[in-house]
Amino acid sequence: MKKFPYTPLQIAIHIYAWSALILLIFDAVSGNLSANPIQDLEQRTGRHAITLLVLSLLCTPLNTLFKWSEPLKRRRALGLYAFMYATIHVVIFADLDYGLAWSRLIQEVIQKPRLVVGFIAFTLLIPLAITSFDIWKKRLGKNWKRLHQISYLIAPLVVLHYLWSKKGDVLSLQGEVVKPLIYGLIIAIFLIIRIPPIRKALVSFSTRMLALLPGKSTA
Amino acid sequence: MTNLYKSVPIRSSEITPKQVYLSRRDFMKAATVAASAALLAACAPSAADEIQNAKPVPTSNATDELGDKVNTYDDITNYNNYYEFSTDKQAVAALAKDFKTSPWTVEVGGLVKSPKTFGIEDLLKLLPQEERIYRLRCVEAWSMVIPWEGFTLASLLNMVEPTSDAKYVRFETVFRPEEMIGQKSPFYPWPYQEGLRLDEAMNDLTLLATGMYGEPNVAQNGAPIRLVVPWKYGFKSIKSIVKIELVAEEPDTLWKSIASNEYGFYANVNPAVDHPRWSQSTERRIGEIGRRASLPFNGYGEQVASLYDGMDLRVNY
Repeated sequence: MKKFPYTPLQIAIHIYAWSALILLIFDAVSGNLSANPIQDLEQRTGRHAITLLVLSLLCTPLNTLFKWSEPLKRRRALGLYAFMYATIHVVIFADLDYGLAWSRLIQEVIQKPRLVVGFIAFTLLIPLAITSFDIWKKRLGKNWKRLHQISYLIAPLVVLHYLWSKKGDVLSLQGEVVKPLIYGLIIAIFLIIRIPPIRKALVSFSTRMLALLPGKSTA
Repeated sequence: MTNLYKSVPIRSSEITPKQVYLSRRDFMKAATVAASAALLAACAPSAADEIQNAKPVPTSNATDELGDKVNTYDDITNYNNYYEFSTDKQAVAALAKDFKTSPWTVEVGGLVKSPKTFGIEDLLKLLPQEERIYRLRCVEAWSMVIPWEGFTLASLLNMVEPTSDAKYVRFETVFRPEEMIGQKSPFYPWPYQEGLRLDEAMNDLTLLATGMYGEPNVAQNGAPIRLVVPWKYGFKSIKSIVKIELVAEEPDTLWKSIASNEYGFYANVNPAVDHPRWSQSTERRIGEIGRRASLPFNGYGEQVASLYDGMDLRVNY
């Protein structure tokens, strides 16, 4: 008998990504998107994109801290799903929301900082999505890794885009700042873990800790 | 034939005792509450005894003076910016359903000759209610058309006679964090407060709304009494008011104290002056796809533009 080819982690990722989209379509068709359906679609696709992006940045720390290497193989799926939701998000904004009125759209995008950062983040995601396939990985060699480290820039930009879409003031910690700050904090932690001296310290610490666990072999 | 219709005397033992039929009514009431909970979760009056009068969701084909139809009762009562309950507009209705709006008093004082605290019923008796169909334009660039009932703020202020020192009116929302869970959030300087210049307050458009769609206000719309200033962004129209104070200086307002560069004291709808982070030139009318152009003073310029003669509205946003 052939072995079932998918791991639980893989299944969880695919189920999350597709069920969220199906739910979105279902709510759209059945008229369950709030009184402001376009904004609801924009906010929901935005939240899924940022969540998937955060999860893609979690993969390396999971390997660093727990020597769990499987997530490294799932980064591509997470990143591509994040790109899928970001694309839907942008298409809804440009088409449904602004009716593809390009002059107004462009004017809006260049004038408003939250749209500037959102647009930059989305634009930077495009080459990453295109080069996410093995053929490009081979072709680009060392540069592939460098290219994909752009995600360390994209994630903070996306958080800024989220924060600036809310009513509040982050410096005085007043208004609707909690959720964007939580995302920001998580991303900050995930990025700090990657700083070489910190990563080294964490690796040696986790090696010692894992050695104490009985019956746990570290692959 | 006739004996079919002959009246049959009823023995007194067959008559249901009062306590029994009353408790049956309670049972029916409870059953109605349960049955209608799902359907009416959003628009149900807070007190259970009002449920027995549960009416079908009101509908209307009325339009504003520009010919735009009023929004549905469902949209108006389920899409609410009311941070005292939640920052999620769709979560407010459910969180507000146990909010107690009776008894309720409004204290009107400060720089007035005859300060007075009014019970909400007194206000309903003293001042005739009229319907006003107004556009509501949120600072977040969405809008609705809402058929309010209420009385002018001017009619209330005239009863307490502001003194010549009074230059502004300050409003305050009730502070009840036990019922309004959003008020437990440390990220907002509760209680909500708002203000108007006296001439704005006395303008005939400025309404204290006690009802909507021919029904008393529901909690998520600011029951029992709220301000409606249709030419200003929605956050000026403070909800669930307990205090109205005539003052000499411009009062602090909640959003201005959070981010004064984004939310000014005047907050007149102005498509020419953007929010620093998003455009105010267009808006989405709830119920429509796409966007429509926003109007200066939300379309009420004829009645109110003269209030701001000589003022730079870019500075006094």
